[in-house]
Amino acid sequence: MTDKVKVLTLIVLIVSFFSYTLFLYKENYSSNAEYGTMADKGKKLWQEKNCNSCHQIYGLGGYLGPDLTNVYSQRSEAFIKVFLQTGTNIMPAFNLNEEQMNQLMAYFKSIDSTGIASPAKLKPNYDGTIER
Amino acid sequence: MELLKDKKPISHYFIVTGLILLFSTLSFGVIGALQYVYAGLFRENFSFEKIRPLHVSSAVFWILITACGAVIFYLGKVKDGIWSSKLAKWQWILFTISVVAILISYIMGIFGGREYWEFHPIFALPIVIAWILFLINVLKTVKVFRKQPVYVWMWLTGTIFFLFTYAESYLWLIPYFRSNIVHDMTIQWKSYGSMVGCWNMLIYGSSIYLMDKIAGSEKYSYSSIAFALYFLGLFNLMFNWGHHIYTLPAPKYIQYISYGVSMTELLLLGRIIYFWKSSVDTAKRHYHILSYRFLLAADLWIFLTLILAIAMSIPAINIYTHGTHITVAHTMGATIGINTFLLLSLVCNIFNVHQPKTEKNITLGLNISLIALPIFWISLIIAGVLKSDWQMHHFNDIPFSAMMQSLHPYFVVFLIAGILLTIGFFIIVGSLLAVFFKKQINA
Repeated sequence: MTDKVKVLTLIVLIVSFFSYTLFLYKENYSSNAEYGTMADKGKKLWQEKNCNSCHQIYGLGGYLGPDLTNVYSQRSEAFIKVFLQTGTNIMPAFNLNEEQMNQLMAYFKSIDSTGIASPAKLKPNYDGTIER
Repeated sequence: MELLKDKKPISHYFIVTGLILLFSTLSFGVIGALQYVYAGLFRENFSFEKIRPLHVSSAVFWILITACGAVIFYLGKVKDGIWSSKLAKWQWILFTISVVAILISYIMGIFGGREYWEFHPIFALPIVIAWILFLINVLKTVKVFRKQPVYVWMWLTGTIFFLFTYAESYLWLIPYFRSNIVHDMTIQWKSYGSMVGCWNMLIYGSSIYLMDKIAGSEKYSYSSIAFALYFLGLFNLMFNWGHHIYTLPAPKYIQYISYGVSMTELLLLGRIIYFWKSSVDTAKRHYHILSYRFLLAADLWIFLTLILAIAMSIPAINIYTHGTHITVAHTMGATIGINTFLLLSLVCNIFNVHQPKTEKNITLGLNISLIALPIFWISLIIAGVLKSDWQMHHFNDIPFSAMMQSLHPYFVVFLIAGILLTIGFFIIVGSLLAVFFKKQINA
């Protein structure tokens, strides 16, 4: 393989990569947690408390606790708040105030509105792809 | 700074820092595994949300810092010295200060909260500066880009793309990128997926250099097949990250592109099987016995991990493995079985380990880890299969806590194998640190 072929291959790959990258950046779906909203503040709180260490969203995150993508529609707000206030035998109580809990609720509501995370709801095709 | 005044090359300080971080990775890993078995252990002051980042960041820094050290050392050998040892020294200082600050921040409860390599964004700054210093050093050392062996191409692309993917992983700080969770997670996994490919470029490049050295021939590094496989690796680095997010409600083309690109990895698998015997025969003739043993161990784990990775890259299979411990098994197989074994083979070569007692101890550590790792891996896969069954069939009728309770026996096996693995690696790390601190290195 000559240097010319190598450089040409590299250029093709780099151009394709950055085109794909820019296309993905532009493809921002309708926002459900605009900057500064309650949901956005809830997201910040989720990150500050490192909830991802134990919990998942869309199956991505830690494995010690359950996936919380659809917790808002599966449980009541009161139920979730009690968990947050008291903790569990594994999860510490995070001592959140009412406002912070409402922010987290808004975040859970915004995630929940994006779709169903359960992989059981996905349909596998014979060609190896999946349908939602 | 007293330590830096002796005559050892700066690359060795990167490696020693990396080895200390491997020690920290294993220690926090054992505490994390204990928390899986003894629910609520250290719940009040040292709960899992602190332990996990301590473990993960130690592991990522072990890989990154040691890989940088290896590149600096080998590049220096290839090009008659690195362009600026002073620049490398500053890179090491920035890295070390950042790592210590990040680990302390976790203990203080300060997090970045991103999945999976996370810390407060302020710490990203010194790491970026350190990486720019590294990039300048690599570019200035290479100088001429014509007629370079494949490992130099790998070091260059790994270094350049890391900077891009690392910056990309912080786009969430811009409101436009963080306002939609699905878009945010798509970009996040795009950057992290590619970032792994970048440090793999640094490690695999160094491993190819070492294999050439063991084989006593540079023929492979200039061959067309080496470059074809390099471009295939780069192609996957750029486009196969989508297999992390098949279950996200992201556009379907991401699934198709990633699925198609990931399947090209079958070519890599085919090559490994085809060249398995010949690579062993070539290496056996030479005396780099410790490096050779680690390379052989990594070879086996590349094979196992690649089979699992290819299976998980098929969307229809991925829905069964996604969010389960099978994904953890894949990550552990790749970071321990491939990255760690390869890095240790590089360290044995760079430290020029030939003392009989040290060789004996490292071989003992390797043998222990080779027994423990498959048990560790299989226990995770079984736990993952059971969780998958729950996710697909019993999500609504069996509570999460009951499902986790049913996995308990496998977590116990995971813990015991993890402790054994840790003992094996402690012996290796301890022996290598002793080589460094007793000044037994003949660089």
